[in-house]
Amino acid sequence: MLGKDLLGIEDLARPEIELILDTAQRMTEIGTREVKKVPTLRGRTIVNLFFEASTRTQTSFEIAGKRLAADVVNFSALSSSLSKNESILDTAKTLDAMDPDCVIVRHRVAGVPKRIADVLTAPVINAGDGAHEHPSQALLDMLTVFQQKDRLDGLTVAIIGDISHSRVARSNIYGFGKMGAEVRVAGPPTMLPADVETLGVKAYTSLREALDGADVVMALRIQLERLDGAIFPSLREYSATFGLDRSKLRYAKDDAIVMHPGPVNRGVELSHDLADHRPSVILDQVRNGVALRMALLYLIAGRQVREAKGKD
Amino acid sequence: MRIAHEIVEGHESLQDVYLVAVPNGGVPLGRILVQNLEELTGVRVPLGLLDTTLYRDDVLVTSERPPLRVTEMPSSVDERVVLLVEDVVSTGRTIRAAMDGLMDFGRPRAVRVVALIDRGHRELPIKIDFVGKNVPTRPGESVTLRGRTCDGLEGALEVVLESEG
Repeated sequence: MLGKDLLGIEDLARPEIELILDTAQRMTEIGTREVKKVPTLRGRTIVNLFFEASTRTQTSFEIAGKRLAADVVNFSALSSSLSKNESILDTAKTLDAMDPDCVIVRHRVAGVPKRIADVLTAPVINAGDGAHEHPSQALLDMLTVFQQKDRLDGLTVAIIGDISHSRVARSNIYGFGKMGAEVRVAGPPTMLPADVETLGVKAYTSLREALDGADVVMALRIQLERLDGAIFPSLREYSATFGLDRSKLRYAKDDAIVMHPGPVNRGVELSHDLADHRPSVILDQVRNGVALRMALLYLIAGRQVREAKGKD
Repeated sequence: MRIAHEIVEGHESLQDVYLVAVPNGGVPLGRILVQNLEELTGVRVPLGLLDTTLYRDDVLVTSERPPLRVTEMPSSVDERVVLLVEDVVSTGRTIRAAMDGLMDFGRPRAVRVVALIDRGHRELPIKIDFVGKNVPTRPGESVTLRGRTCDGLEGALEVVLESEG
């Protein structure tokens, strides 16, 4: 069960996802203790290798590693340019020579974690690569939904926003799909990939239709920094059409929950009210993120090193 | 029931006693002891569940990680007399892990061990304070308990010795 690396939800089978979610659910208990640390990964080294800025995910992995008693080293390589792909691999090999037990990689180009994983002895966890995948986010989303709904099978999940540029959307499409949920995506036509329905989801340009009967509504972050007016005319128009507030939420099921990977652009993807109050579960997602990443590190960190040396 | 009697005899009062069972094996015995102790003294002692997996000394030895089990500690262990409850004790390594885990939940006044079966082969200096039955075994033999359910123990327990290869 589970390969050397975790690069994407696309590679996972349903029993593997279930194992990760079960393990993460057990890990949540540790976060409720006064002493929030267990000795499991004592003496193990985890490297956060982030080529793209990310306070939240990086901190979450760091806390997760520390709660398992691992040593966590943050190696931020923000200035590395895309054209220097060789230097990325050099950096990775240099790190590998320091014998880490797990390397967490984020990069703004899709596929970089895979290229790094191919040359490293240590297991690699993808913490987000371009518009490709963000597996730990999708897994923590699934855990959060499971806690609220007691199941994933048979649920209807509507993902709203810039689907084309979203690794969160892609990983969740794979994840919820594999777990038996119906996944819908919605956004302005310019934000929906032409071939998105080949991933097994239904695409909508009407928010109302997408939300009809939905158990889970997931709003994606509009990457303000990425948009120079190219994709849609104005934030105000986006917010009026696809921004969620309580009145639009009525299209969904009465007990629908609202999710967001954060950080929220208040008043754009979600109204201020929804950003802070139930049925939004945004802080549950953050809390579960630590437990979920503890589960990943428990299941993955340190494995390949041992196997390479041979079981004794 | 005999174990429950011994526990009552061994403690001036059950007010400070806190049973902590190690899942999965220790849980049925833990539940039965809570019932028996209440019948004997009228005191209902708390029952915690403490998974030892993350404290095991062999947890990283193989590449497949053991599945985690439930941990539920309803109240602080500070100043309590904790009775660790396990079904079968052998090497003592699980009890060692449970003691480490317990200390993360506070500072018990004392820690004692209750086991249904002691099958010997201790590898650590761990002593069982309340034991149901000593079952001497040879290395390679395994002990199977029959008559165990999730909620408790039905009827008499049957201890089956099996040789492994």
